[in-house]
Amino acid sequence: MSWLDKIVPSMGRIQRKDRRTSVPDGLWRKCPKCEGVLYLPELEKHQSVCPKCDHHLRLTARKRLDWFLDQDNREEIAEDLQPVDRLKFRDSKKYKDRLGAAQKNTAENDALIAMRGTLDDIPLVAVAFEFSFMGGSMGAVVGEKFVQAATRSLEEGIPLVCFAASGGARMQEALFSLMQMAKTSAALEKLKQAGIPYISVLTDPVYGGVSASLAMLGDLNVAEPNALIGFAGPRVIEQTVREKLPEGFQRSEFLLEHGTVDMIVHRQEMRSRLGGVLRKLTHQPAFGQLENDEPDLVDEAQREAEPEAEDINREA
Amino acid sequence: MSGYISLVPFERSRDSRGLQAAPIANKLKPMNPNYLDFEQPIAELQAKIEELRLVGNDSKININEEVAKLQEKSKKLTESIFKDLTAWQVSQLSRHPQRPYTLDYLEHVFTDFDELHGDRHFADDAALVGGVARLDDKPVMVIGHQKGRDVKEKVRRNFGMPRPEGYRKACRLMEMAERFKMPVLTFIDTPGAYPGIDAEERGQSEAIAYNLAVMSRLKTPIISTVVGEGGSGGALAIGVCDELQMLQYSTYSVISPEGCASILWKSAERASEAAHAMGITAERLQELGFVDTLIKEPLGGAHRHPAATSERIKTSLVESLDRLQSMDTDALLERRYARLMSYGAPV
Repeated sequence: MSWLDKIVPSMGRIQRKDRRTSVPDGLWRKCPKCEGVLYLPELEKHQSVCPKCDHHLRLTARKRLDWFLDQDNREEIAEDLQPVDRLKFRDSKKYKDRLGAAQKNTAENDALIAMRGTLDDIPLVAVAFEFSFMGGSMGAVVGEKFVQAATRSLEEGIPLVCFAASGGARMQEALFSLMQMAKTSAALEKLKQAGIPYISVLTDPVYGGVSASLAMLGDLNVAEPNALIGFAGPRVIEQTVREKLPEGFQRSEFLLEHGTVDMIVHRQEMRSRLGGVLRKLTHQPAFGQLENDEPDLVDEAQREAEPEAEDINREA
Repeated sequence: MSGYISLVPFERSRDSRGLQAAPIANKLKPMNPNYLDFEQPIAELQAKIEELRLVGNDSKININEEVAKLQEKSKKLTESIFKDLTAWQVSQLSRHPQRPYTLDYLEHVFTDFDELHGDRHFADDAALVGGVARLDDKPVMVIGHQKGRDVKEKVRRNFGMPRPEGYRKACRLMEMAERFKMPVLTFIDTPGAYPGIDAEERGQSEAIAYNLAVMSRLKTPIISTVVGEGGSGGALAIGVCDELQMLQYSTYSVISPEGCASILWKSAERASEAAHAMGITAERLQELGFVDTLIKEPLGGAHRHPAATSERIKTSLVESLDRLQSMDTDALLERRYARLMSYGAPV
């Protein structure tokens, strides 16, 4: 091959690549599934669900909570927690530098956001993983913040909802991150013992240490459509078993079929479906049937009616 | 002076067990498969001693003095090699094909073991064994990962990688231990939970997560001992405990050094760097505050002296159990919860 041939095709490749990625910033985004070009304000209106193919695009943690919680009475929990490089970990880059870059890119301190707020007037605590912060990986800050959120919901006796999106434990924190699995699971067990509902919403993707701890421990495990959810990643499994993975493997629908999740809920119905379930679990009237329907009077009327019913039974 | 390396493991090198042992570093020189590459100088010296012994038997020349000298030299050599092991070398030792496994310890540390099988839902998982036994006559529940020795058994034990039914069996046994007021003693030695299609279908993640939650509130003392590889969530799923013990040449990590290297360095060959960076050895983890008791191994590692290692594990278990059983249950659970909350808590 002459030197010219060597250079020319590679130049061509570079140019073609450049052209492909040259969608102007800010206004347009490409759907990763159907490749349709989407107008951002339109996409926002659809809560980042592709209007053409219904693909649920990944969401930032803040946007997720913003859409999920009522506008008023929000309070962020443990927002000041900062990651610490306990091991002075260094691979091709220093962990410290990776953290700095992730913080700059996402404007978040770490990969979990926690808030106390309301959902159609039900008070609750909601947390969401920021996938663009180092793959939503769970290190000490994520674990600690999750526990503080769970503790808050335990103290107030209000439900906890978690939106998981994570590649797993954060390798750069080594055993500290592994232990977050035990730490978060222990906090959730306290909620369970106290009879406080915990709903785990699995969004694309949930794997590894997050999947094998807090994400699978919900009273309800709920998935968004077509999300990838599993313990080991598809590539690792393929290398281990040396066979092709079945169609739809580790997708939400696969998990529903195998009994891992309770339901698959479309993002636009998330608020109403979870609200409906939580109202039942916490013995509150259905949404719209407001408290000023005088539930106290109804209760009292029932209580008065009951003894009579018993008397009748006894006579019979 | 008794020979510091018993001849048993050396002679075992002649049978076919564990032949896939060490990576072949130098194809020209025949390697003793029962020694890792960094142990080869010891293997060579041992081979010489063995040769000399055979000559001695034949020719009636008194060579005892010479053998004793060489033994002494071999001991010095082992000491110098084992004085400064890298994290990667420890990792190799933790996976040594002749390292004692859970059932070996069950034989030496405990008495009267009855193995219990099955998760009551799907199957019995041979990669994770458990049952009731006695430790110094006291009834205990023992649960541990189990690897195989020969090829057939390795496959049957799935290389010590449990499927969900393994973890669910462990959970069943732990809850049984709680009902019958028996302490739970777990032995950790796994590359990780099995990453397979069937395991995913039956909810590997859920099985692990459920164990973590149950163990955090189990009303009986739990002591975990890492005896080989502590591979990530698959290890932790029987590793939430009141006291963590580690054998000197065992490891505990969030991902295998190879896995970490292939993700962060984009090459599995950088595993030794990854092993160092993650701080996976018992000694480093004790410095970091994860390990309560570091159990020193006899010179040359647990696999050269299984009986002596078992004795040390037993002593340590008995002491640890005495400490934990003197506490009342509420205090024990509070302490366990505080321990879990302390991991990575803000300073």
